[in-house]
Amino acid sequence: MAKTIIESGNVAAAMAVQLARAEVIAAYPITPQTPVTEKLSELITRGEMDAEYIAVESEHSAMSVCIGAASCGVRPFTATSANGLLYMSEQLHWAAGARLPIVMCVVNRGLGAPWSVWNDHQDAISQRDTGWIQVFAKDHQEIVDMTLKAFRLAELVHIPVMVNYDGYYLSHTYMPFEKPDAAQVDAFLPAFEYKHALNPERPESLNTVTLPDSRRDVDGVLRGGYMDIRHNLHQEMYLAMEVWQEIDDEFQKIFGRGGAPVLDPYRLDDAEFVVIAMGTLANQLRVVVDRLRSEDGLKIGVLAVQMYRPFPNTLLAEALQGFKGVMVFEKGLSYGDQGALYGDIKSALYPYPARPRLSNYIVGLGGRDIPTESLYQTTKAACEQDSSTPPAEANAPQWIGLQL
Amino acid sequence: MPDSRFKVLTSASTSGPGDAGRTGSWRVERPVIDMQRCIPAKTGKHACHLCWLYCPDSVVSKDLGPTINLEYCKGCGICAEECPAKAISMVPDADFIEGESRG
Repeated sequence: MAKTIIESGNVAAAMAVQLARAEVIAAYPITPQTPVTEKLSELITRGEMDAEYIAVESEHSAMSVCIGAASCGVRPFTATSANGLLYMSEQLHWAAGARLPIVMCVVNRGLGAPWSVWNDHQDAISQRDTGWIQVFAKDHQEIVDMTLKAFRLAELVHIPVMVNYDGYYLSHTYMPFEKPDAAQVDAFLPAFEYKHALNPERPESLNTVTLPDSRRDVDGVLRGGYMDIRHNLHQEMYLAMEVWQEIDDEFQKIFGRGGAPVLDPYRLDDAEFVVIAMGTLANQLRVVVDRLRSEDGLKIGVLAVQMYRPFPNTLLAEALQGFKGVMVFEKGLSYGDQGALYGDIKSALYPYPARPRLSNYIVGLGGRDIPTESLYQTTKAACEQDSSTPPAEANAPQWIGLQL
Repeated sequence: MPDSRFKVLTSASTSGPGDAGRTGSWRVERPVIDMQRCIPAKTGKHACHLCWLYCPDSVVSKDLGPTINLEYCKGCGICAEECPAKAISMVPDADFIEGESRG
Protein backbone atom coordinates (compact mmCIF):
# COMPACT_ATOMS: atom_id res chain seq x y z
CA MET A 1 0.00 0.00 0.00
CA ALA A 2 1.19 3.47 -0.82
CA LYS A 3 1.34 5.70 2.23
CA THR A 4 1.99 9.34 3.00
CA ILE A 5 5.14 10.00 4.97
CA ILE A 6 6.72 13.13 6.39
CA GLU A 7 10.49 12.81 6.19
CA SER A 8 13.64 14.51 4.89
CA GLY A 9 14.62 14.52 1.21
CA ASN A 10 17.56 12.27 1.95
CA VAL A 11 15.33 9.67 3.60
CA ALA A 12 12.92 9.98 0.65
CA ALA A 13 15.82 9.12 -1.68
CA ALA A 14 16.85 6.14 0.46
CA MET A 15 13.26 4.84 0.50
CA ALA A 16 13.14 5.02 -3.30
CA VAL A 17 16.41 3.08 -3.54
CA GLN A 18 15.00 0.46 -1.15
CA LEU A 19 11.83 0.17 -3.27
CA ALA A 20 13.98 -0.11 -6.40
CA ARG A 21 15.70 -3.14 -4.84
CA ALA A 22 19.23 -1.88 -5.51
CA GLU A 23 21.60 -4.76 -4.85
CA VAL A 24 24.91 -3.00 -4.18
CA ILE A 25 25.35 0.29 -2.32
CA ALA A 26 28.84 1.81 -2.37
CA ALA A 27 29.19 5.30 -1.03
CA TYR A 28 31.47 7.61 0.88
CA PRO A 29 29.87 10.11 3.25
CA ILE A 30 29.90 13.82 2.43
CA THR A 31 27.66 16.63 3.61
CA PRO A 32 24.77 17.02 2.73
CA GLN A 33 24.50 13.55 1.17
CA THR A 34 25.51 11.56 4.31
CA PRO A 35 22.00 10.77 5.67
CA VAL A 36 21.08 8.95 2.40
CA THR A 37 23.88 6.45 2.87
CA GLU A 38 23.30 6.21 6.63
CA LYS A 39 19.66 5.35 6.02
CA LEU A 40 20.54 2.73 3.39
CA SER A 41 23.16 1.21 5.67
CA GLU A 42 20.54 1.03 8.45
CA LEU A 43 17.95 -0.61 6.17
CA ILE A 44 20.47 -3.24 5.08
CA THR A 45 21.66 -3.93 8.64
CA ARG A 46 18.07 -4.32 9.86
CA GLY A 47 17.42 -6.80 7.06
CA GLU A 48 14.83 -4.55 5.43
CA MET A 49 16.82 -4.37 2.22
CA ASP A 50 18.54 -7.25 0.45
CA ALA A 51 21.70 -5.52 -0.70
CA GLU A 52 25.41 -5.52 -0.05
CA TYR A 53 26.77 -2.31 1.47
CA ILE A 54 30.38 -1.89 0.39
CA ALA A 55 32.25 0.62 2.53
CA VAL A 56 34.85 2.40 0.41
CA GLU A 57 37.66 4.81 1.16
CA SER A 58 36.75 7.41 -1.47
CA GLU A 59 34.19 8.47 -4.04
CA HIS A 60 36.50 7.30 -6.82
CA SER A 61 36.21 3.80 -5.33
CA ALA A 62 32.46 4.18 -4.78
CA MET A 63 31.90 4.74 -8.48
CA SER A 64 34.42 2.00 -9.36
CA VAL A 65 32.43 -0.47 -7.23
CA CYS A 66 29.22 0.59 -9.00
CA ILE A 67 30.95 0.06 -12.36
CA GLY A 68 32.02 -3.43 -11.27
CA ALA A 69 28.56 -4.29 -9.94
CA ALA A 70 26.76 -3.11 -13.08
CA SER A 71 29.27 -5.00 -15.25
CA CYS A 72 28.22 -8.17 -13.38
CA GLY A 73 24.54 -7.50 -14.06
CA VAL A 74 23.81 -6.24 -10.55
CA ARG A 75 21.79 -3.07 -9.80
CA PRO A 76 24.04 -0.52 -8.01
CA PHE A 77 23.41 2.81 -6.32
CA THR A 78 25.59 5.55 -4.92
CA ALA A 79 25.16 9.14 -3.80
CA THR A 80 27.49 12.07 -3.32
CA SER A 81 27.86 15.86 -3.27
CA ALA A 82 30.22 18.58 -4.47
CA ASN A 83 33.92 17.65 -4.14
CA GLY A 84 32.96 13.98 -3.79
CA LEU A 85 31.38 14.14 -7.23
CA LEU A 86 34.55 15.70 -8.61
CA TYR A 87 36.67 12.98 -7.03
CA MET A 88 34.74 10.39 -9.03
CA SER A 89 34.81 12.43 -12.23
CA GLU A 90 37.17 10.09 -14.08
CA GLN A 91 34.88 7.16 -13.31
CA LEU A 92 31.80 9.12 -14.38
CA HIS A 93 33.20 9.32 -17.91
CA TRP A 94 34.08 5.64 -17.68
CA ALA A 95 30.60 4.55 -16.55
CA ALA A 96 29.00 6.43 -19.44
CA GLY A 97 31.49 5.25 -22.07
CA ALA A 98 31.08 1.66 -20.87
CA ARG A 99 27.28 2.17 -21.08
CA LEU A 100 26.56 0.94 -17.57
CA PRO A 101 23.13 1.58 -16.04
CA ILE A 102 24.14 3.20 -12.74
CA VAL A 103 21.89 5.52 -10.74
CA MET A 104 23.38 8.13 -8.42
CA CYS A 105 21.80 10.86 -6.33
CA VAL A 106 23.77 14.09 -6.23
CA VAL A 107 22.77 16.30 -3.33
CA ASN A 108 23.85 19.60 -4.84
CA ARG A 109 26.39 21.71 -2.98
CA GLY A 110 28.92 24.44 -3.83
CA LEU A 111 32.50 23.48 -4.72
CA GLY A 112 35.63 24.48 -2.79
CA ALA A 113 37.65 26.63 -2.63
CA PRO A 114 36.67 28.36 -0.49
CA TRP A 115 35.18 25.40 1.35
CA SER A 116 31.42 25.41 1.50
CA VAL A 117 28.83 22.86 2.53
CA TRP A 118 25.85 24.87 1.31
CA ASN A 119 23.75 24.53 -1.79
CA ASP A 120 24.30 25.56 -5.39
CA HIS A 121 24.42 23.64 -8.70
CA GLN A 122 28.08 24.02 -9.65
CA ASP A 123 28.88 20.37 -8.80
CA ALA A 124 26.39 18.91 -11.28
CA ILE A 125 26.97 21.62 -13.88
CA SER A 126 30.72 20.95 -13.88
CA GLN A 127 30.01 17.29 -14.77
CA ARG A 128 27.45 17.94 -17.51
CA ASP A 129 29.75 16.68 -20.29
CA THR A 130 30.50 13.26 -18.78
CA GLY A 131 27.82 11.47 -20.82
CA TRP A 132 25.52 11.02 -17.80
CA ILE A 133 21.84 11.80 -17.97
CA GLN A 134 21.06 14.59 -15.46
CA VAL A 135 17.65 15.29 -13.96
CA PHE A 136 16.74 17.84 -11.26
CA ALA A 137 14.04 17.36 -8.61
CA LYS A 138 12.04 20.23 -7.12
CA ASP A 139 10.50 18.52 -4.08
CA HIS A 140 10.56 15.28 -2.06
CA GLN A 141 7.94 13.53 -4.18
CA GLU A 142 10.03 14.23 -7.27
CA ILE A 143 13.11 12.77 -5.54
CA VAL A 144 11.20 9.51 -4.98
CA ASP A 145 9.56 9.38 -8.40
CA MET A 146 12.62 10.51 -10.37
CA THR A 147 14.85 7.97 -8.60
CA LEU A 148 12.48 5.10 -9.46
CA LYS A 149 12.16 6.31 -13.06
CA ALA A 150 15.94 6.80 -13.24
CA PHE A 151 16.54 3.07 -12.59
CA ARG A 152 14.08 2.17 -15.34
CA LEU A 153 15.65 4.67 -17.75
CA ALA A 154 19.25 3.69 -17.04
CA GLU A 155 18.49 0.03 -17.66
CA LEU A 156 16.48 0.64 -20.85
CA VAL A 157 19.02 2.95 -22.49
CA HIS A 158 22.21 1.72 -20.81
CA ILE A 159 23.33 5.20 -19.85
CA PRO A 160 23.97 6.20 -16.20
CA VAL A 161 21.58 8.67 -14.57
CA MET A 162 22.30 11.38 -12.01
CA VAL A 163 19.29 12.46 -9.91
CA ASN A 164 20.05 15.94 -8.57
CA TYR A 165 18.34 17.61 -5.61
CA ASP A 166 19.22 20.71 -3.64
CA GLY A 167 21.34 20.31 -0.53
CA TYR A 168 19.44 21.43 2.64
CA TYR A 169 16.52 22.97 0.70
CA LEU A 170 15.43 19.36 0.04
CA SER A 171 17.98 17.06 1.67
CA HIS A 172 17.40 18.19 5.26
CA THR A 173 13.91 19.66 5.22
CA TYR A 174 10.81 17.59 6.01
CA MET A 175 7.92 17.46 3.60
CA PRO A 176 5.02 15.07 3.07
CA PHE A 177 5.33 12.68 0.15
CA GLU A 178 3.77 9.43 -0.94
CA LYS A 179 5.86 6.30 -0.59
CA PRO A 180 4.73 4.07 -3.47
CA ASP A 181 3.42 0.56 -3.00
CA ALA A 182 6.25 -2.00 -3.26
CA ALA A 183 4.33 -4.43 -5.51
CA GLN A 184 3.49 -1.59 -7.91
CA VAL A 185 7.16 -0.57 -8.00
CA ASP A 186 8.12 -4.18 -8.78
CA ALA A 187 5.67 -4.17 -11.70
CA PHE A 188 7.08 -0.86 -12.94
CA LEU A 189 10.74 -1.77 -12.49
CA PRO A 190 11.59 -5.36 -13.46
CA ALA A 191 14.83 -6.97 -12.24
CA PHE A 192 18.00 -5.86 -14.02
CA GLU A 193 19.18 -8.35 -16.64
CA TYR A 194 22.35 -7.72 -18.60
CA LYS A 195 23.21 -10.05 -21.43
CA HIS A 196 26.84 -8.86 -21.50
CA ALA A 197 27.27 -9.41 -17.75
CA LEU A 198 30.74 -10.70 -16.87
CA ASN A 199 30.72 -14.46 -17.21
CA PRO A 200 33.72 -16.78 -16.75
CA GLU A 201 32.18 -19.16 -19.32
CA ARG A 202 32.46 -16.42 -21.94
CA PRO A 203 35.55 -14.33 -21.24
CA GLU A 204 35.72 -10.89 -22.81
CA SER A 205 38.04 -7.92 -22.52
CA LEU A 206 35.95 -4.78 -21.92
CA ASN A 207 36.95 -1.25 -22.83
CA THR A 208 40.63 -2.03 -23.26
CA VAL A 209 42.67 0.23 -25.52
CA THR A 210 40.42 0.83 -28.53
CA LEU A 211 42.04 1.94 -31.74
CA PRO A 212 40.96 5.07 -33.60
CA ASP A 213 39.69 2.98 -36.52
CA SER A 214 36.96 0.36 -36.66
CA ARG A 215 38.13 -3.26 -36.87
CA ARG A 216 37.00 -6.79 -37.71
CA ASP A 217 36.81 -8.92 -34.58
CA VAL A 218 37.91 -12.59 -34.45
CA ASP A 219 34.56 -13.58 -35.96
CA GLY A 220 34.94 -11.10 -38.82
CA VAL A 221 32.24 -8.73 -37.47
CA LEU A 222 32.98 -5.03 -37.96
CA ARG A 223 33.39 -3.34 -34.57
CA GLY A 224 33.40 0.39 -33.94
CA GLY A 225 36.50 2.33 -33.03
CA TYR A 226 36.50 4.92 -30.24
CA MET A 227 34.75 7.60 -32.29
CA ASP A 228 31.95 5.27 -33.45
CA ILE A 229 31.31 4.17 -29.87
CA ARG A 230 31.19 7.77 -28.64
CA HIS A 231 28.92 8.84 -31.52
CA ASN A 232 26.51 6.07 -30.55
CA LEU A 233 26.45 7.38 -26.95
CA HIS A 234 25.66 10.87 -28.22
CA GLN A 235 22.84 9.73 -30.52
CA GLU A 236 21.34 7.47 -27.88
CA MET A 237 21.43 10.32 -25.33
CA TYR A 238 18.98 12.18 -27.61
CA LEU A 239 16.84 9.05 -27.91
CA ALA A 240 16.95 8.59 -24.12
CA MET A 241 14.82 11.75 -23.76
CA GLU A 242 12.00 10.03 -25.68
CA VAL A 243 12.32 6.95 -23.50
CA TRP A 244 12.21 9.19 -20.38
CA GLN A 245 8.90 10.59 -21.62
CA GLU A 246 7.53 7.10 -22.31
CA ILE A 247 8.59 5.97 -18.83
CA ASP A 248 6.82 8.98 -17.34
CA ASP A 249 3.60 8.00 -19.19
CA GLU A 250 3.89 4.49 -17.82
CA PHE A 251 4.61 5.81 -14.31
CA GLN A 252 1.63 8.12 -14.47
CA LYS A 253 -0.69 5.23 -15.39
CA ILE A 254 0.46 3.20 -12.39
CA PHE A 255 1.05 5.87 -9.74
CA GLY A 256 -1.04 8.82 -10.96
CA ARG A 257 1.79 11.35 -10.84
CA GLY A 258 3.89 12.90 -13.58
CA GLY A 259 3.18 14.54 -16.92
CA ALA A 260 6.10 16.98 -17.07
CA PRO A 261 9.25 14.86 -17.16
CA VAL A 262 11.43 17.20 -19.24
CA LEU A 263 9.99 20.72 -18.89
CA ASP A 264 7.51 21.56 -16.15
CA PRO A 265 5.37 24.62 -17.06
CA TYR A 266 3.52 26.77 -14.52
CA ARG A 267 0.92 29.40 -15.57
CA LEU A 268 2.33 29.62 -19.08
CA ASP A 269 -0.91 29.33 -21.09
CA ASP A 270 -1.45 33.08 -21.66
CA ALA A 271 2.03 34.22 -20.56
CA GLU A 272 4.15 36.86 -22.31
CA PHE A 273 7.13 36.43 -19.97
CA VAL A 274 8.74 33.31 -18.58
CA VAL A 275 11.29 32.64 -15.86
CA ILE A 276 13.39 29.48 -16.19
CA ALA A 277 15.26 27.61 -13.45
CA MET A 278 16.19 24.14 -12.20
CA GLY A 279 15.46 22.48 -8.86
CA THR A 280 13.81 24.17 -5.88
CA LEU A 281 14.46 27.63 -7.34
CA ALA A 282 11.76 26.90 -9.93
CA ASN A 283 9.23 26.28 -7.14
CA GLN A 284 10.23 29.50 -5.36
CA LEU A 285 9.69 31.36 -8.63
CA ARG A 286 6.07 30.13 -8.69
CA VAL A 287 5.42 32.35 -5.67
CA VAL A 288 7.09 35.27 -7.46
CA VAL A 289 5.01 34.71 -10.58
CA ASP A 290 1.75 34.51 -8.59
CA ARG A 291 2.54 37.91 -7.04
CA LEU A 292 3.55 39.50 -10.36
CA ARG A 293 0.24 38.34 -11.82
CA SER A 294 -1.94 39.50 -8.93
CA GLU A 295 -0.17 42.76 -7.96
CA ASP A 296 1.35 43.93 -11.23
CA GLY A 297 -0.95 42.40 -13.82
CA LEU A 298 1.98 40.81 -15.62
CA LYS A 299 1.31 37.75 -17.73
CA ILE A 300 4.15 35.59 -16.56
CA GLY A 301 4.86 31.93 -15.80
CA VAL A 302 7.66 29.53 -14.85
CA LEU A 303 9.34 26.80 -16.85
CA ALA A 304 11.33 24.31 -14.78
CA VAL A 305 14.03 22.39 -16.63
CA GLN A 306 13.68 18.87 -15.17
CA MET A 307 16.07 17.17 -17.58
CA TYR A 308 19.33 19.02 -18.20
CA ARG A 309 21.29 16.32 -20.08
CA PRO A 310 20.30 15.34 -22.71
CA PHE A 311 19.36 18.98 -23.20
CA PRO A 312 15.82 19.57 -24.53
CA ASN A 313 16.95 21.93 -27.33
CA THR A 314 13.91 21.49 -29.56
CA LEU A 315 11.28 21.32 -26.81
CA LEU A 316 12.68 24.47 -25.18
CA ALA A 317 13.12 26.50 -28.34
CA GLU A 318 9.58 25.65 -29.46
CA ALA A 319 8.14 26.38 -26.02
CA LEU A 320 9.83 29.81 -25.99
CA GLN A 321 8.55 31.00 -29.38
CA GLY A 322 6.33 34.05 -28.98
CA PHE A 323 7.47 35.18 -25.54
CA LYS A 324 8.47 38.84 -25.03
CA GLY A 325 11.07 38.08 -22.38
CA VAL A 326 12.85 35.07 -20.93
CA MET A 327 14.65 35.36 -17.58
CA VAL A 328 17.00 32.54 -16.62
CA PHE A 329 17.89 32.18 -12.90
CA GLU A 330 20.60 29.73 -11.98
CA LYS A 331 23.01 28.52 -9.32
CA GLY A 332 25.85 27.45 -11.59
CA LEU A 333 27.92 29.03 -14.33
CA SER A 334 30.83 28.68 -16.70
CA TYR A 335 33.34 31.05 -15.12
CA GLY A 336 34.39 33.81 -17.48
CA ASP A 337 31.37 33.16 -19.67
CA GLN A 338 27.78 33.01 -18.36
CA GLY A 339 25.20 30.81 -16.68
CA ALA A 340 25.45 27.29 -18.06
CA LEU A 341 21.70 26.84 -18.53
CA TYR A 342 21.44 30.33 -20.04
CA GLY A 343 24.11 29.60 -22.64
CA ASP A 344 22.33 26.36 -23.55
CA ILE A 345 18.97 28.12 -23.91
CA LYS A 346 20.42 30.86 -26.12
CA SER A 347 22.10 28.26 -28.27
CA ALA A 348 18.83 26.31 -28.62
CA LEU A 349 16.96 29.45 -29.70
CA TYR A 350 19.41 30.68 -32.32
CA PRO A 351 18.13 28.58 -35.29
CA TYR A 352 14.49 29.55 -34.57
CA PRO A 353 12.73 32.60 -36.01
CA ALA A 354 11.54 34.18 -32.74
CA ARG A 355 14.30 35.16 -30.36
CA PRO A 356 12.78 36.63 -27.19
CA ARG A 357 14.66 39.15 -25.05
CA LEU A 358 16.92 37.14 -22.74
CA SER A 359 18.47 37.88 -19.39
CA ASN A 360 20.54 35.83 -16.99
CA TYR A 361 20.78 35.98 -13.18
CA ILE A 362 23.21 34.12 -10.95
CA VAL A 363 21.82 33.56 -7.46
CA GLY A 364 22.44 31.59 -4.29
CA LEU A 365 26.04 30.46 -4.82
CA GLY A 366 27.46 28.66 -1.78
CA GLY A 367 24.10 28.90 -0.04
CA ARG A 368 23.71 32.70 -0.21
CA ASP A 369 20.09 33.30 0.74
CA ILE A 370 17.73 33.98 -2.16
CA PRO A 371 14.98 36.24 -0.77
CA THR A 372 11.72 35.88 -2.69
CA GLU A 373 11.46 39.68 -2.55
CA SER A 374 14.69 40.08 -4.53
CA LEU A 375 13.52 37.54 -7.15
CA TYR A 376 10.28 39.54 -7.37
CA GLN A 377 12.05 42.90 -7.83
CA THR A 378 14.54 41.49 -10.37
CA THR A 379 11.86 39.76 -12.43
CA LYS A 380 9.56 42.77 -12.34
CA ALA A 381 12.35 45.08 -13.55
CA ALA A 382 13.18 42.68 -16.40
CA CYS A 383 9.53 42.59 -17.52
CA GLU A 384 9.15 46.37 -17.34
CA GLN A 385 12.32 47.09 -19.28
CA ASP A 386 11.15 49.04 -22.33
CA SER A 387 14.08 48.64 -24.70
CA SER A 388 15.99 45.59 -25.78
CA THR A 389 19.09 44.67 -23.81
CA PRO A 390 22.40 45.80 -25.36
CA PRO A 391 24.08 42.68 -26.84
CA ALA A 392 27.12 42.81 -24.55
CA GLU A 393 24.83 42.91 -21.49
CA ALA A 394 22.68 40.06 -22.83
CA ASN A 395 25.82 37.93 -22.94
CA ALA A 396 26.80 38.54 -19.32
CA PRO A 397 24.91 37.40 -16.22
CA GLN A 398 23.81 39.75 -13.45
CA TRP A 399 24.71 38.56 -9.96
CA ILE A 400 21.82 39.00 -7.57
CA GLY A 401 22.36 39.27 -3.81
CA LEU A 402 26.03 40.29 -3.69
CA GLN A 403 27.05 41.84 -0.36
CA LEU A 404 30.28 43.54 -1.44
CA MET B 1 17.14 -5.60 -21.12
CA PRO B 2 17.87 -2.53 -23.23
CA ASP B 3 15.13 -1.04 -25.39
CA SER B 4 15.32 -2.49 -28.92
CA ARG B 5 15.93 0.97 -30.44
CA PHE B 6 19.30 1.13 -28.70
CA LYS B 7 22.48 -0.40 -30.07
CA VAL B 8 24.55 0.25 -26.92
CA LEU B 9 27.92 0.19 -28.70
CA THR B 10 30.78 -0.68 -26.38
CA SER B 11 34.31 -1.92 -26.81
CA ALA B 12 34.46 -5.63 -26.04
CA SER B 13 36.83 -8.21 -27.44
CA THR B 14 37.20 -11.96 -27.08
CA SER B 15 40.54 -13.72 -27.15
CA GLY B 16 41.83 -14.42 -30.66
CA PRO B 17 44.42 -13.20 -33.13
CA GLY B 18 44.42 -9.45 -33.47
CA ASP B 19 41.16 -8.74 -31.66
CA ALA B 20 42.66 -5.53 -30.36
CA GLY B 21 43.29 -4.42 -33.96
CA ARG B 22 46.04 -4.69 -36.57
CA THR B 23 48.85 -3.54 -34.34
CA GLY B 24 51.31 -3.98 -37.24
CA SER B 25 50.18 -0.54 -38.45
CA TRP B 26 51.92 1.04 -35.43
CA ARG B 27 55.34 -0.16 -36.60
CA VAL B 28 58.13 2.11 -37.80
CA GLU B 29 60.91 -0.49 -37.74
CA ARG B 30 60.62 -4.21 -38.46
CA PRO B 31 62.80 -7.09 -37.23
CA VAL B 32 64.81 -8.84 -39.93
CA ILE B 33 66.41 -12.19 -39.02
CA ASP B 34 69.82 -13.21 -40.40
CA MET B 35 69.40 -17.02 -40.73
CA GLN B 36 73.19 -17.43 -40.95
CA ARG B 37 73.42 -16.29 -37.33
CA CYS B 38 70.08 -17.47 -35.88
CA ILE B 39 70.82 -20.42 -33.53
CA PRO B 40 67.86 -22.73 -34.39
CA ALA B 41 68.22 -21.98 -38.12
CA LYS B 42 71.99 -22.49 -38.08
CA THR B 43 72.03 -25.66 -35.93
CA GLY B 44 68.78 -27.21 -37.14
CA LYS B 45 67.83 -27.76 -33.48
CA HIS B 46 65.10 -26.39 -31.24
CA ALA B 47 67.41 -24.34 -29.10
CA CYS B 48 67.32 -20.72 -27.95
CA HIS B 49 63.93 -19.42 -29.26
CA LEU B 50 64.35 -16.40 -26.98
CA CYS B 51 62.70 -14.15 -29.60
CA TRP B 52 59.60 -16.39 -29.47
CA LEU B 53 59.67 -16.34 -25.68
CA TYR B 54 60.08 -12.60 -25.23
CA CYS B 55 57.76 -11.29 -27.97
CA PRO B 56 54.95 -9.42 -26.12
CA ASP B 57 52.59 -9.93 -29.06
CA SER B 58 53.35 -13.61 -29.76
CA VAL B 59 54.09 -12.92 -33.41
CA VAL B 60 57.35 -14.93 -33.63
CA SER B 61 57.00 -18.59 -34.67
CA LYS B 62 58.88 -21.39 -32.87
CA ASP B 63 60.32 -22.79 -36.10
CA LEU B 64 63.85 -23.76 -37.04
CA GLY B 65 63.80 -20.68 -39.20
CA PRO B 66 61.58 -18.32 -37.11
CA THR B 67 59.05 -16.18 -38.98
CA ILE B 68 57.40 -12.96 -37.82
CA ASN B 69 53.74 -12.09 -38.39
CA LEU B 70 53.99 -8.52 -39.61
CA GLU B 71 50.20 -7.99 -39.39
CA TYR B 72 50.62 -7.68 -35.63
CA CYS B 73 54.34 -7.00 -35.00
CA LYS B 74 54.47 -3.51 -33.42
CA GLY B 75 58.21 -3.23 -34.06
CA CYS B 76 59.10 -2.85 -30.39
CA GLY B 77 62.58 -4.40 -30.93
CA ILE B 78 62.58 -6.62 -27.84
CA CYS B 79 63.48 -9.65 -29.99
CA ALA B 80 66.50 -7.83 -31.45
CA GLU B 81 67.57 -6.77 -27.96
CA GLU B 82 67.29 -10.29 -26.53
CA CYS B 83 68.82 -12.30 -29.41
CA PRO B 84 72.13 -13.70 -28.02
CA ALA B 85 73.47 -14.28 -31.56
CA LYS B 86 72.72 -10.70 -32.67
CA ALA B 87 70.84 -12.23 -35.61
CA ILE B 88 67.95 -9.73 -35.55
CA SER B 89 68.28 -6.17 -36.78
CA MET B 90 65.61 -3.48 -36.78
CA VAL B 91 65.22 -1.98 -40.25
CA PRO B 92 63.07 1.09 -41.05
CA ASP B 93 59.73 -0.06 -42.44
CA ALA B 94 59.93 2.68 -45.05
CA ASP B 95 62.70 0.67 -46.73
CA PHE B 96 60.15 -2.01 -47.56
CA ILE B 97 57.47 0.18 -49.13
CA GLU B 98 56.53 -1.45 -52.42
CA GLY B 99 58.02 0.04 -55.60
CA GLU B 100 60.26 2.33 -53.63
CA SER B 101 63.96 1.66 -53.32
CA ARG B 102 65.85 3.44 -50.59
CA GLY B 103 69.07 1.53 -51.04
